[in-house]
Amino acid sequence: MIWDKKIECMSRDEMSALQSERLVKLVKYVYENTPFYRKKMDEMGVLPNDIKNIEDITKLPFTTKDDLRDNYPFGLFAVPQTDIVRIHASSGTTGKATVVGYTQNDLDVWADCVARCFAMAGVDKNDIIQIAYGYGLFTGGLGAHGGAEKIGATVVPMSTGNSKKLTTMMEDFGVTAIACTPSYLLHISELLAQENKLDAIKLKTAICGAEPWTEKMRNEIEQKLNINAFDIYGLSEVMGPGVACDCIHHKGLHVCEDHFYPEILDSTTFKHKNEGETGELVFTTLTKEGLPLLRYRTKDLTSIDYSTCECGRTSARISRFKGRVDDMLIIRGVNVFPSQVEAALVDVKEISPHYMMVVDRINNLDTLEIQLEVKPEYFADAISGLEKLTQKISHVITQALGLSAKIKIVEPKTLVRSEGKAVHVIDKRKLY
Amino acid sequence: MVAKQLSVFIENRKGRLGEVLNVLKKNNVNILSLSLADTTEYGLLRLIVNNPELGKELLAKDGFSTMLTDVLIIKITHKAGSLQILLDALATADISIEYMYGLSIEGESASVVVKTSEVEKAIEVLKANGVNTLLNEDLINY
Repeated sequence: MIWDKKIECMSRDEMSALQSERLVKLVKYVYENTPFYRKKMDEMGVLPNDIKNIEDITKLPFTTKDDLRDNYPFGLFAVPQTDIVRIHASSGTTGKATVVGYTQNDLDVWADCVARCFAMAGVDKNDIIQIAYGYGLFTGGLGAHGGAEKIGATVVPMSTGNSKKLTTMMEDFGVTAIACTPSYLLHISELLAQENKLDAIKLKTAICGAEPWTEKMRNEIEQKLNINAFDIYGLSEVMGPGVACDCIHHKGLHVCEDHFYPEILDSTTFKHKNEGETGELVFTTLTKEGLPLLRYRTKDLTSIDYSTCECGRTSARISRFKGRVDDMLIIRGVNVFPSQVEAALVDVKEISPHYMMVVDRINNLDTLEIQLEVKPEYFADAISGLEKLTQKISHVITQALGLSAKIKIVEPKTLVRSEGKAVHVIDKRKLY
Repeated sequence: MVAKQLSVFIENRKGRLGEVLNVLKKNNVNILSLSLADTTEYGLLRLIVNNPELGKELLAKDGFSTMLTDVLIIKITHKAGSLQILLDALATADISIEYMYGLSIEGESASVVVKTSEVEKAIEVLKANGVNTLLNEDLINY
């Protein structure tokens, strides 16, 4: 089903006209309401009047995650705090979280975008859907929740953390759809198999996102559960889940481009890539009020396709992600930067500054191991002393990342000392 | 009468224990007793050697995490129950034992290496029971 046929199937010219109109309005809006953008535009010698259509977007400044951090917490908000009705937060590159704010209208737009995505996945008011993303500061839970309610489906706000209850309710309620990370769904499918529930459940659709996954994983999920699995994309800075989603033809993710204008750029020259070429995905939020962003660099690598999809939608489609420009990892749906680990460990005097993060996927769940060297002078001749130390470090890491990690102490000077840019991560998952 | 134990941190990696022993062998540091405590990730090798200071220095130079720990080497008669009498005495004095392992000495007596909570107090208790503790040097004759 197509949720908003007028928008999702409008001609490319009509879409371009709509985007132009919205961009002109947006630039005036941020120039007047966000001192950060006024300053940037003044420095570049660009005035709102210079932006006449969507092609003029190249005259505008970029925004990065660091800009959000530098203006922590509310510095980039374009409305007074009284108009903000909700805050979400995600990982920052260092100690501080990346904070985002929404007006009521933003939440309405967000729910509408998620509704489009869920409709694309075949969900309608007759479905019972379990939202098994984390509820809380993470946008996944509440974001998906809003869209599912908008569609009129029966929403079961499972959140994460209790898989047994999830499978029990899935069977007892006759749940027909689920929204969660793909790795968690694989884990659930194994649990269902163990519990001999695979034939008893009525699940037919899964909307998976919040972490990169492969076509191979999709096939595995679809076969194990005998369902259709869809790929939903989003990021909290731009909105949250619902920025893009794929349809039953699985030929790229349809972007809600009347709200989020996508560009694909070369990360070094900042020149536009041609249709089909891989580059960095950049979004401009065309309609956001609370935290409007100009040309936000997602650091995600993808390509774009403007042709009309077999499903009838004309919206631009981005391909499955091909990697990251930076060193951000997504572990169990949580964004993790090696710099966060580094910052957290600075205060632990017993260990040397070298560390190695080993990310793997075991039984379909992501694992993070952090290898550390204990300084010789802090070495203890007792297992209990070393265990106390690993527990202390483990606590520090959990606090910093919002994710538990296994701490492994290795011998001094055994971690790789690389020349130049240090290598701090071994990712064995092969997600791209 | 406190003896020195040489402790070495070893990752659970094939051949790593051999590397420690090789460093000691090359420099003629003789091992009189050893114990290896293991966890899933790493092991703690505890050694009684004839020259613990030299052993520590050599291993540290080779990048190992090492340390010297005060332990008691207690000579006991080869008779059932003789160890228990000592342990009872320590327990009565509220001294706890963190770990312990055997040390072979030729002849009539056996001995154990004991890591206790309060070392000085433990020595007093043992003395009061007529037991002397040995030093690393004392072992060279064996």
